[in-house]
Amino acid sequence: MNSEILFFLLSAMIIVFSILTVTSRRILRAAVYLLFVLVSTAGLYFMLNYNFLAAVQLTVYAGGIIVLIIFSILLTSHISERAQMAGRYQGLMSALAVVAGATLTLITIISYSFPAKSVVESPSDVKAIGRALVSYNENGYALPFEVVSILLLAAMIGAIIVARKENKAVKGLKK
Amino acid sequence: MAFNIYDFTTLTKSIHEGLSSQFSPTATLAIEWTIVGLAYLLFVALFGLFLVYAERKVCAAFQQRMGPMRVGPWGLLQTIADFIKLLMKELIMPKNADKFLYNLAPFIVIIVSFLVISVIPFAPGLATFDFDIGIFFVTAVSSVGVIGILLAGWSSNNKYSLIGAMRSGAQIVSYELSVGLSLITMIILAGTMQISGIVEGQRDMWFIFKGHVPAIIAFFVFIIAGTAETNRGPFDLAEAESELTAGFHTEYSGIKFAFFFLAEYINLFIVAAMATTVFLGGWMPLHFGEFESFNQIMDLMPGLFWFFFKVLGVIFLMMWFKWTFPRLRVDQILNLEWKYLLPINLFNILLMAAVVLFGLHF
Repeated sequence: MNSEILFFLLSAMIIVFSILTVTSRRILRAAVYLLFVLVSTAGLYFMLNYNFLAAVQLTVYAGGIIVLIIFSILLTSHISERAQMAGRYQGLMSALAVVAGATLTLITIISYSFPAKSVVESPSDVKAIGRALVSYNENGYALPFEVVSILLLAAMIGAIIVARKENKAVKGLKK
Repeated sequence: MAFNIYDFTTLTKSIHEGLSSQFSPTATLAIEWTIVGLAYLLFVALFGLFLVYAERKVCAAFQQRMGPMRVGPWGLLQTIADFIKLLMKELIMPKNADKFLYNLAPFIVIIVSFLVISVIPFAPGLATFDFDIGIFFVTAVSSVGVIGILLAGWSSNNKYSLIGAMRSGAQIVSYELSVGLSLITMIILAGTMQISGIVEGQRDMWFIFKGHVPAIIAFFVFIIAGTAETNRGPFDLAEAESELTAGFHTEYSGIKFAFFFLAEYINLFIVAAMATTVFLGGWMPLHFGEFESFNQIMDLMPGLFWFFFKVLGVIFLMMWFKWTFPRLRVDQILNLEWKYLLPINLFNILLMAAVVLFGLHF
């Protein structure tokens, strides 16, 4: 009973803050509402005993991506700025996208049978996760892991190239 | 009520049984939550006040002054008087601030501190959560704390606050890497992320002795990065008072300022407690492998006292830093992290892996 109350509380938070994220006209507030959505999702994972996934959710999304978003807002926008209301064409297109996304999700949920499990799943075992990450047999994730690392490396090099100053005179000024 | 200073499981169990016999399970849970919450609130408030007093006394000792002496014996009641004054001050709201975010920011900072403190084992049987992901939970939750600082700086609508928040953000985000990597080094040695498992693994010897060279390197990296993450001197340029008045909390007054102030000292305690738990054995007394008689003498002092003895030692070390070294510049801080600590740390992880793989540790 207790966990049901908690589940409905977290779900209500996710729904309310998701709506607020897209309707707020102040960009930093939208980012903070998004933070609340992500933290509530982490709460759901904790409820399901997927502790590792929940901690990853907190580190990567709340502590990483939201911090990056807030950082870029801090650098680029002023406190008095308000986002403009979307035009009719934009509104129509986003409504279409929302309907399509919702239909897809609903179809997936309804078609899945949700078999009842008699065995309680063991809490996330870090050793098993570590082994799966670097093993290359059927249940291993070595290839995706390496591909993602190369993608991140490429993004990092790209960022350095974009941010680097080409001007030699500026280089001489350093130190 | 059974009470044993050496092992608190008997106390918690007797409280639980006593409550269960009187109330329904839901009511028992609610009462236990309330008790635990109140205990943490009381601990944080009192320990925070004590740390402020300790900092002023340590600072005074380094500068050959007396420190606070007037209020109470040796000035012991000074910080309590200061706190009452802070509570009664007017809450000033900047006119063009973003009111929602301005009021939210102190709470994010303090809630994160409370969440992290909940996994710290104070003594045998005296910890609220004991996850299988213990250490990872600490790093995951504490990475959210910086958001409170960034929001405080931006929503105050003040140039000094904004600059302070940007400096603080850049610093915390970079030093988080070193804190995480030095903890990973120790997880390799411990073989588990569960905090009770880490403390239990140090029964025969503390990890800083067990892992010798790589563990000592990791300890120093952790202390340096931890000091930087709590925005304390010599890394306190986020609130460099000579340049930025008070940094990100310039516009805060009264109890909201007190929240930031308290959170800073709780974070100091958290860094010291994590250093104690991971490197110095947590509440485990000083044990050396086979010296049975020596180990038994050490066991005479209860775990709770061992824990606070070590934590206060680490805190004193960090205060020593603060009042000895001059403040660093922004570029020096970022250079220290990215050009020195990070490569040292990555090399250290390889070293530790080799030490564990070939069984070179004690």
